[in-house]
Amino acid sequence: MAEHVATGSRSGLRSALPLLLPAYLWLTVAIFLPLSAMVFFSSMTELPLSGKAWSFTLENYATFFSERLYLTLLLASLRLGLEVTLWCVVIGFPAAYVLAKVLKGRSREAIFLLVILPFWSNGLVRIFSWAMVLREGGILDTALNAVLPFKINIDVMYSYPAVVIGLVHSYVPYMVLTCYLTLQAIDDSLIEAGRSLGASRLQMLRRVIIPLSMPGLVAGAALIFVPVVGSFMEPRILGGRTGTFYGTVIEDQFVAVFNWPLGAALSFILLAVVLVILALTSPVLRRAA
Amino acid sequence: MAGVQVSNLSRNFGAHKALDDVSIDFADGGFYALLGPSGSGKTTLLRQIAGFDFPDSGRIAIGGESVERVPVERRRIGMVFQNYALFPNMSVADNVAFGLSVRGEAKATIASEVQRALDLVQLSKLGGRRPHQLSGGQRQRVALARAIVTKPRVLLLDEPLGALDKALRVDMQIELKRIQREIGITTIFVTHDQEEALTMSDRIGILRDGRLVQEGPPEEIYDSPKSEFAATFLGDANIFRGETTGVGIRLPDGTAIAARAGATLAAGAKASCAVRPERIRIAIDSGSADQANGNVLRGQVSKRIFAGNNSTYFVERDGQTLKVIVQNTGADRLAAGQEVLLRWSPKSTVLIAAN
Ligand SMILES: Nc1ncnc2c1ncn2[C@@H]1O[C@H](COP(=O)(O)OP(=O)(O)OP(=O)(O)O)[C@@H](O)[C@H]1O
Ligand SMILES: [Mg+2]
Repeated sequence: MAEHVATGSRSGLRSALPLLLPAYLWLTVAIFLPLSAMVFFSSMTELPLSGKAWSFTLENYATFFSERLYLTLLLASLRLGLEVTLWCVVIGFPAAYVLAKVLKGRSREAIFLLVILPFWSNGLVRIFSWAMVLREGGILDTALNAVLPFKINIDVMYSYPAVVIGLVHSYVPYMVLTCYLTLQAIDDSLIEAGRSLGASRLQMLRRVIIPLSMPGLVAGAALIFVPVVGSFMEPRILGGRTGTFYGTVIEDQFVAVFNWPLGAALSFILLAVVLVILALTSPVLRRAA
Repeated sequence: MAGVQVSNLSRNFGAHKALDDVSIDFADGGFYALLGPSGSGKTTLLRQIAGFDFPDSGRIAIGGESVERVPVERRRIGMVFQNYALFPNMSVADNVAFGLSVRGEAKATIASEVQRALDLVQLSKLGGRRPHQLSGGQRQRVALARAIVTKPRVLLLDEPLGALDKALRVDMQIELKRIQREIGITTIFVTHDQEEALTMSDRIGILRDGRLVQEGPPEEIYDSPKSEFAATFLGDANIFRGETTGVGIRLPDGTAIAARAGATLAAGAKASCAVRPERIRIAIDSGSADQANGNVLRGQVSKRIFAGNNSTYFVERDGQTLKVIVQNTGADRLAAGQEVLLRWSPKSTVLIAAN
């Protein structure tokens, strides 16, 4: 019997192969090849530009451990990632809840569109818009001073909060979408059953809805945390001098210093750290669900 | 535990009257079935009683206390849903414990109450399982245990057995009835299945287009339907339409049909008579029809459907197809094309005013 099933699934795989082939080809071209190239770069002494001599080395990886700066920046980036992810949960989950369980019909579609609008705008445009809002004498400053009876100075620009605001705005749609999908899948009759048993809305949220939303929260967090830790555009433009993070240093190696080997090595260390964090946290989070 | 009084209840969705001036008295400890076609307002009525939705007008009282504006959390009702609505993230025991634990009961109390409820539904061994590891019937029992463990005043069930197959459904009907009797809780039960309504309930209410058509004990509704709709919706009925004569009706072709004494309608008014198929006797037409003892009609068998313990004959008469159900006594069966005489007593004939 088991043998029968095994052969059955093997022939299933064989017939599925032609269908899977384009996907595998794409994965090879888009991910595997560039990654291998980067592995290659990261173990070179020198970029082989204009015929410079080069050899294989692990020096670039060693640099990370020999200079404290990189570790400090990596920790700062991880903290940034954590903070942005938390804000995205705080803002994104309630938004998704309202979308999935409170709004109906037309208004749901309209609000949904508003929520994912940032997705469709260019990242740079988004960031520069924030710059106009947040700087001294900018939109926020002017508006608040027009309303408030006393004079205050709003100058969030070129600060850590500005970076967080910009990143949260860019990434919160991911959280809204993943949570929306899991919340959609929760049958309304579960909520009604809970209420008929005397549970308050808060109790329902804590004991039924959030646990059942855990897959969406975890997926959203992973989708946000990973790119935010390596982000460089928002920190550079909104953070100014305070905006030096691990991602900006990597970017520097590629576009400013032209030390691709070091940039590649730093990227791989980041990748490894992020993977370890995801591997460690996801079972814990899943068990909590 | 308590009875439920619904008085003049109306609920509109836009221009649509989902409930239209419905009044029912659900007796304390009774088992009440709400029956009606799809869209007749059964769920809407149940949701008003539960407190998920609020009426536009009318009153709802549970145990004499007015509750129209009390939200579901504070009505102390137990609800069982058609899709069970068990919390998939909790074990069976935690599902059952939910209502007690959100009330902040002590751990020891919860544990013993949950055990008692699981014993009652005969699932004491499955407390540690997750809902997805249970069969449909077992899930239904868990849903029932969860609803009654908090000792609600009323138990509301919306087509709780609809998702089960026939054999399991009959088992669960017996089980549900046993549990209901054991704890003596007022129970309101929505169903599509007329047989279920007949066998399980003390009283039945038939809804149609948001109105209560008829209400009473199963025997009364079955034996004395007040409308053609009630007659044909609950059980099968042969309907004859004509004009009243005082003792019954006269069909358009002049044939008189005598009805049960009691109902009186002005002579000449339009009316109908309803006769249950199992009340009619069928025999080969030998030519001599004596009208003396009851109603007699001539017809021709067009079809016979054999169902083991009984057969249904379809008899053509004056363009109308009549149904006759005959117990399988081993007597000769009649073939299609056979000329037959149909006889039944006026006592089995219900006179219904035209609506
Ligand atoms: N929230 C709502 N908004 C608008 N119309 C509704 C709503 N709920 C019910 N209705 C309408 O009210 C009528 C009664 O619905 P209800 O669900 O009570 O029927 P039902 O008797 O339970 O039917 P079924 O046997 O199919 O479950 C239907 O015509 C339905 O379309
Ligand atoms: Mg319904």
